[in-house]
Amino acid sequence: MKDEIQARILKKSKESYQEVWGKSLVIFCTLLICMLVISIFVFITSKGLATFFENHASLKNFFTQSTWNPNMSDKNGKPLVGALPMILGSFGVTLLAALIVTPFAIGTALFMTELSSKKVRNFLQMVIELLVGIPSVVYGFIGLNVVVPFIRNHFGGSGYGILAGATVLFVMTLPTVTSLTVDALKAVPKHYRQASLALGATQWQTMYHVTLRSASSGIYTAIIFGMARAFGEALAVQMVIGNASLLPTSLLTPASTLTSVLTMGIGNTVMGTVGNNALWSLALVLLLMSLFFNVCVRMIGRKDK
Amino acid sequence: MNKLFNQIAINIIRLIAFLVVILLALLIGKILGDGLPHVSFKFLLTPAKAFEAGGGISIQLFNSFYLLVLTLLISFPISLGAGIYLAKYAPKNKLTEIIRLTIEILSSLPSVVVGLFVFLVFVVEMKLGFSIIAGAVALTFFNLPLLTRNIEEAIASVPDLQLEAGLALGLSKWRTITKIILPESLPGIITGIVLSAGRVFGEAAALIYTAGQSAPAVDFSNWNIFDEASPLNVLRPAETLAVHIWKINSEGIMADANQISAGSSAVLIIVILIFNLGAHYLGNLIHAKLTSSR
Amino acid sequence: MKRLIKLGLLLTSSLIIAGCSRSQSETKDITIVGSTAMQPMIEMAAEEYQQTQTKTQLTVQGGGSGTGLSQVQSGAVTIGNSDIFAKQQPGIKADKLIDHQVAVVGIAPVINKEAGIKNLTLKQLQGVFTGKYKNWKQVGGKDVPIIVINRAQGSGTRFSFEADVLDGKDAINAQEQESSGTVQKMVQATPGSISYLSFSYLNKDTVPVMIDGVKPTPKNVVDNKWKIWAYQHMYTKKNSDQATKDFIKYMNSEKIQKHLIEKLGYISIEKMQVQKDADGNVEMIKR
Repeated sequence: MKDEIQARILKKSKESYQEVWGKSLVIFCTLLICMLVISIFVFITSKGLATFFENHASLKNFFTQSTWNPNMSDKNGKPLVGALPMILGSFGVTLLAALIVTPFAIGTALFMTELSSKKVRNFLQMVIELLVGIPSVVYGFIGLNVVVPFIRNHFGGSGYGILAGATVLFVMTLPTVTSLTVDALKAVPKHYRQASLALGATQWQTMYHVTLRSASSGIYTAIIFGMARAFGEALAVQMVIGNASLLPTSLLTPASTLTSVLTMGIGNTVMGTVGNNALWSLALVLLLMSLFFNVCVRMIGRKDK
Repeated sequence: MNKLFNQIAINIIRLIAFLVVILLALLIGKILGDGLPHVSFKFLLTPAKAFEAGGGISIQLFNSFYLLVLTLLISFPISLGAGIYLAKYAPKNKLTEIIRLTIEILSSLPSVVVGLFVFLVFVVEMKLGFSIIAGAVALTFFNLPLLTRNIEEAIASVPDLQLEAGLALGLSKWRTITKIILPESLPGIITGIVLSAGRVFGEAAALIYTAGQSAPAVDFSNWNIFDEASPLNVLRPAETLAVHIWKINSEGIMADANQISAGSSAVLIIVILIFNLGAHYLGNLIHAKLTSSR
Repeated sequence: MKRLIKLGLLLTSSLIIAGCSRSQSETKDITIVGSTAMQPMIEMAAEEYQQTQTKTQLTVQGGGSGTGLSQVQSGAVTIGNSDIFAKQQPGIKADKLIDHQVAVVGIAPVINKEAGIKNLTLKQLQGVFTGKYKNWKQVGGKDVPIIVINRAQGSGTRFSFEADVLDGKDAINAQEQESSGTVQKMVQATPGSISYLSFSYLNKDTVPVMIDGVKPTPKNVVDNKWKIWAYQHMYTKKNSDQATKDFIKYMNSEKIQKHLIEKLGYISIEKMQVQKDADGNVEMIKR
């Protein structure tokens, strides 16, 4: 009799079985995503490193030279893979776009969460979500028809270049960054604001010192996602940046990005050749650069707390 | 002094928001203005033509929807699981940080790279061929990080009190999460789905090598999923609307390529609009049902 | 919610299973991949072909000449479209493939209207693309700086254009653009720009220039008066099956060659009075 009660108490309840089952299910999902990332990572790394191990390109030249013509060899017989112009181009457009987009996105998000009525906010939210779905090609063509001539007429040059690319990316990333920032601001508990206002802080002081502060990690994430999109964007940037593998001397001269060279070249090369491997090396750089960005922003976010 | 400063700051925020609204309005206005005059029922209901004028977008439109459904079928359960884990189960340690980082990396991969990866692994190695299912796999790669992140945030924004209350009542953590916290965070989750759905509609580069860029004729009266001509067949190549826009802009030689492209863009925006409104409505409805509040 | 997850997983897996157990009927699948420029032509032909041949399922995709050739070489697709000879593509073993030339395409330089150029000599054209000339007034045009827009490295059109125009010299490092449609729009919109397009992309808004007084028309390509042209190739493996052979035969049939190909701005292979080999040597065809 005593044992039965003991057994009943010690026996795991249905609830705890469910708990174990549920927990393993969600862990499985998370691991699945990680597996996907790892497989793609291994794949790109092995392909990207082949340029240096199989085709014996020099790693130093890859990062310091500016001549991109993988099918030709230099005087030492090494393939001409100078990726510096693309690396600088990618960095240029992404940073510039992030720089422009951040104040606009934060301003709009603050307006939506703190200053506007619910109706206005819902309307804005809808408009912003609409923009996420516009194909990048459409952005590219608007860039080609509106941004490029505008830059040509007002700033000079041919109009194609980093400035045009960054402008198009600004518009493209604006919806993503704004809506993620809105989410981050919404997640700040109401009583934080109430407490601050009750202490006599003005609306602006509350926003700046309390709301933005406590949402900072969410806002960082929003900017990373925006930059990530800018980084990986190919079709739209390709149309307005000019795609010249030249070192960018100003914001107005034609430049190229890692993605634009990658997208244009990949269909025209044959799997396993130097030309193809070199493009995968660019993809690898892209991957490493975004890894670097993510880690950096995470560290800034942690310091802030 | 503080008051003045406050006024200035708030007006600057208003100005920024105003500028952004103007910008977005101009953008949408331009796309709709250029495109709407070319949209008609005939345009929506006739198949595309390879090079003659007068083609429509019926098959592409259907493909976009079908691809979206398939992508969500694959990616939603996975990201829901991962979102729950990250929000409620994951311990705060280095490993979790690394997992988060990994997921974020996935979102910054350029679409063309993911497209080629899926092409080499699924289309060529696993012999799926150019097919909707391969396209859905490629899109899942993009969808996962954004969706996971959104679901995690939506779950995390539900106050911890709810969880504690559930636990205090003797419910397991899992049950509290699925029965109390998930319904509460549903509107946020729906927003996440809508946002990622927009991305699916707009994606072209990843689909060129996976779902393909041809839209063979389908027979809309044939709903046998195994039949080659059935619109539901997951192994047929399927050009989506975004890919179609890309294709006619880059290589199209039909006389009305510009009109078709403008019209398709406008249709795309309207479809996303309808989708958004529908999803929000649905989200509120489900939320009201599950939490039995009105 | 859990039920929702289960349902999702179930549906997903059933879809995947459904996908793998594709019904093995008698239809022959032919997958054609490659040059994006050739895609509209092949797609159109395939559409017409399928109206009579219901037993063959044709799938036409783009992806670029390099992809087409490498996929046909590895056996992943049946036919690889290319706008250059397989021999000219690094990494392709041309002797393992069979070349089927289905059409000829002329390539014409196009210049933005504001340059004020109607005619160039071949030498001048060469000078423009090698960077010898910087301003249109140096070659008889208006005082507008020259903006060269190259096609993407490795693109078939660029390869053919440079082989016929540049004489082994390197083009200047300038802007590059991949697709014909974008090039067309860019040249229209950018003052002083020059690029090149295949004949099928010339329309009323793009003004082609004459070279040494010769107009870029199909008639002039036929006897090599217009020197910049290339073949459109469809490559197969050596032991292709009957269905594939039939389709290639259809591509070379009178129906396609006489009507479709010319309607699309290409030149029928049968009309050519000259032929060109992979090294660019041109000779008369003796009939």
